[in-house]
Amino acid sequence: MSLVPELTRPRRAKKLATAEALLRNGLNVVAVRKPGVPLVEIRLRIPALSAKTNRPAQANLLAETLLTGTGRLGRAGLAAEIQALGGELSVGVDADRLLIGGNVLATGFGPLLDLLAKVLTAPKYAEIEIETERDRLIERLTIARSRSGVVAAEALGKRMWGEHPYALDLPTPEWVAATTAKQVRTLHEQIVLPQGATLVLVGDLAPAKMIDLAAGAFGRWKGAPAKSRVPKLPEPTPGLPLLVVDRPGSVQSSVRLGRPAVPRSHPDSPALQLANLIFGGYFSSRWTENIREDKGYTYGPHSRIDHHALGSTLMFDVEVATEVTGPALLETLYELGKIASLPVTEAEVTSVRQYAIGALALSTATQAGLASTLSALSAFGLGLDWVLEHPARLSALTVEDVSAAAATYFAPSQLTGVVVGDADLIVRPLGALGPVELAE
Amino acid sequence: MPAAKKLKLPSPSFDLTHHTLGNGLRVVLAPDRSAPVVGVAVLYDVGFRSEPEGRTGFAHLFEHLMFQGSANLDKLEHFRYVQSSGGTFNGSTHFDYTNYFEALPSNALERGLFLEADRMTSPRITADNLANQLEVVKNEIRVNVMNRPYGGFPWIYLPAVLFDTFANSHNGYGGFEDLESATVEDAAAFFDSYYAPSNAVLAVGGDLGVDDTLALIEKHFGGIRKRPRPKRPNFGEPPLNEERRTQHHDPHAPIPAVAIGYRIPDPIGKLDAHLANLLLTEILSDGDASRLQRRLVQRDHLVTDIAAYLGEFGDPFDERHPSALTITAHYPDARTLEAILAAIDEEISSVARNGLNDGELDRVRTRLVSVLLRELDAVLSRTLEFAKFELIYGRAELIAELPALLAAVTEDDVRKAAAALRPDRRAVLELVAGGAE
Repeated sequence: MSLVPELTRPRRAKKLATAEALLRNGLNVVAVRKPGVPLVEIRLRIPALSAKTNRPAQANLLAETLLTGTGRLGRAGLAAEIQALGGELSVGVDADRLLIGGNVLATGFGPLLDLLAKVLTAPKYAEIEIETERDRLIERLTIARSRSGVVAAEALGKRMWGEHPYALDLPTPEWVAATTAKQVRTLHEQIVLPQGATLVLVGDLAPAKMIDLAAGAFGRWKGAPAKSRVPKLPEPTPGLPLLVVDRPGSVQSSVRLGRPAVPRSHPDSPALQLANLIFGGYFSSRWTENIREDKGYTYGPHSRIDHHALGSTLMFDVEVATEVTGPALLETLYELGKIASLPVTEAEVTSVRQYAIGALALSTATQAGLASTLSALSAFGLGLDWVLEHPARLSALTVEDVSAAAATYFAPSQLTGVVVGDADLIVRPLGALGPVELAE
Repeated sequence: MPAAKKLKLPSPSFDLTHHTLGNGLRVVLAPDRSAPVVGVAVLYDVGFRSEPEGRTGFAHLFEHLMFQGSANLDKLEHFRYVQSSGGTFNGSTHFDYTNYFEALPSNALERGLFLEADRMTSPRITADNLANQLEVVKNEIRVNVMNRPYGGFPWIYLPAVLFDTFANSHNGYGGFEDLESATVEDAAAFFDSYYAPSNAVLAVGGDLGVDDTLALIEKHFGGIRKRPRPKRPNFGEPPLNEERRTQHHDPHAPIPAVAIGYRIPDPIGKLDAHLANLLLTEILSDGDASRLQRRLVQRDHLVTDIAAYLGEFGDPFDERHPSALTITAHYPDARTLEAILAAIDEEISSVARNGLNDGELDRVRTRLVSVLLRELDAVLSRTLEFAKFELIYGRAELIAELPALLAAVTEDDVRKAAAALRPDRRAVLELVAGGAE
């Protein structure tokens, strides 16, 4: 008999006080009271999809310079005012959206929203700041592209999506160098607008109060973006040769495999989530137990489902020692083929179900975690209800459901693959397992 | 600063219970029943600094072995029990300690305690497990250091310039030759010396009842054999009195970088000076209003980014004496290193000579307290902080006192801290970009 203690009866999480409002300017505000520490987390998500080639460069430069001044406040003056509130703001960008994130002592919440509203309605984008940030952005992109994983992600994006904007997320230095202050200001006028944006507020304040303060602060922010026309995400061509990108001197190879998946709203989604955990989505997964804990080929493989506005993906990432690149791919293909061909077990489903429920509870148990989760869900019209109802969706799944999802989504023949590494050492062993193409 | 404008900063408040078991295990409990989750953390008082010569990286390799099965658990079972309970786990090795931890739904509290007690009793260290984890650790070093631009910069390479003794200056990840020569006997001896219950702190936070939890802790940990607590040597080294410089070649880095290190006063014995240094690092580099950002990024366009921090991993409360204040920068033009060093020196000496601007110290400490509070929101990070402060500072309560202590630091204290960062007291590590085109 096992000495390991049984689980006791689970305790229920407390209900959270929430409020939601659509402001007159079209800004959707979601507020949740979550005590714990006397802070408020802020996430303002502004849609930014575009098919324009120069958009990534402009949007990245906008993100780097949005907080460099407003009205009488210059760059350092604005930063000092935010800091004095115990606050912080930063701007992130990807193909789908701009995300202004931050946090502040609850006592400084109202004043921080006022500062943010000023930035949104009257940004400076001074010539000197654009120049500074243009150079820095190029330097940062150079650093990013010196990393094997970034090279691999970019190569896989192009292999899967061709010339679609989703493959060109990371701007080229040439496009950044060509971007002007005037273009950034124009882009701000076109997309940094309340209609269609969502503001998520989570912290130690009453939800109604947070919404009132937001309505007061953002009342003068107005406008609706023009409808963007972005082509549908293409279907990747299955069966392409494995693409090898040469990175001489690499002591490891970055292996990336991917394929389209389904959004959270799709009936397959919960079963796919569990199938992914069983395969490579948590430490006790088949992939980790095989190529790390048994073979020692890697520090750790990871598979995951990403949700984007135009489509979801199932992605497989692993860094393996150069000399075992072939064997590591062999084991990976074996595990993929196995989970696609044979049913998963009851014990595996029980474990990942409990893990998924627990991990969701832990990741939404902090102010920052809940704010980020709600902001990401808002892009798909989902909210706190989705978080609260998800355990029931997972509990309803059978072994057959999960096995069926594994059979549908994990077939190795349907994946697109890229390996970045020392081509002289890895092309031949990889070629033994299937067709390989060396990138120019 | 005018006395009328005394700054009020929020403080966290905790309900802490301390207890020591018969075998010497120190226990800290921090109940908080607001959510049905618990954090469990065990910290052992051994890190890179205690590794013997010829065994660099051993403390970290040993940390991996602690996950490979134990008295009542086969290999893989530890992970599976935590995760199938809905929990997460990890461990990490630091200069002065090694931690093991879980975040769990509160109905798995006893299970979490059992898992930690089982490996404190006896980890299953076998030749197979050692061989497997040796490969895993080598791959960890490849992914985080050898195959990555700026990998291990500067935490692996700066101590070798800044400090003199083997304990303080060696590579904590370890050389492959040293790692490959590690044996099962080494591991058994390391466990016996350093993993005694008397050399550890157990912290449990979150949805728990104090009496019930103490009883469970007694049940699972109380029977672990009492062993002597190893004596920790004083690793301290006095400040430098002559500048040191070295280069580090990075084959993948596309642009150069520099790390400047200073030895600082004992973080524990001279806590006031340590907090003055902490506020100084924030004044120098936290955000767009900070002095080094304004000067080197915004005005002179010398660097891509610049950061000043305490503690080799950027956590100011992670190390005993000796610890370091580090300034790092990446910069596009290798010829500008001297100009960068001169600009940094000017900004530091301007703080020392001319003091601070109105409101500068208050806004920086307000933000710092906000950051400290934010780190306490998650039950696991909070529990890890309790354990760390109990182990390093002997008092988990210190966390709640930090806002008031930071509020008491004066402009004069910060000026004195800046005055100590003289060019002749620094170690400079220049990263040469081997990946530049």
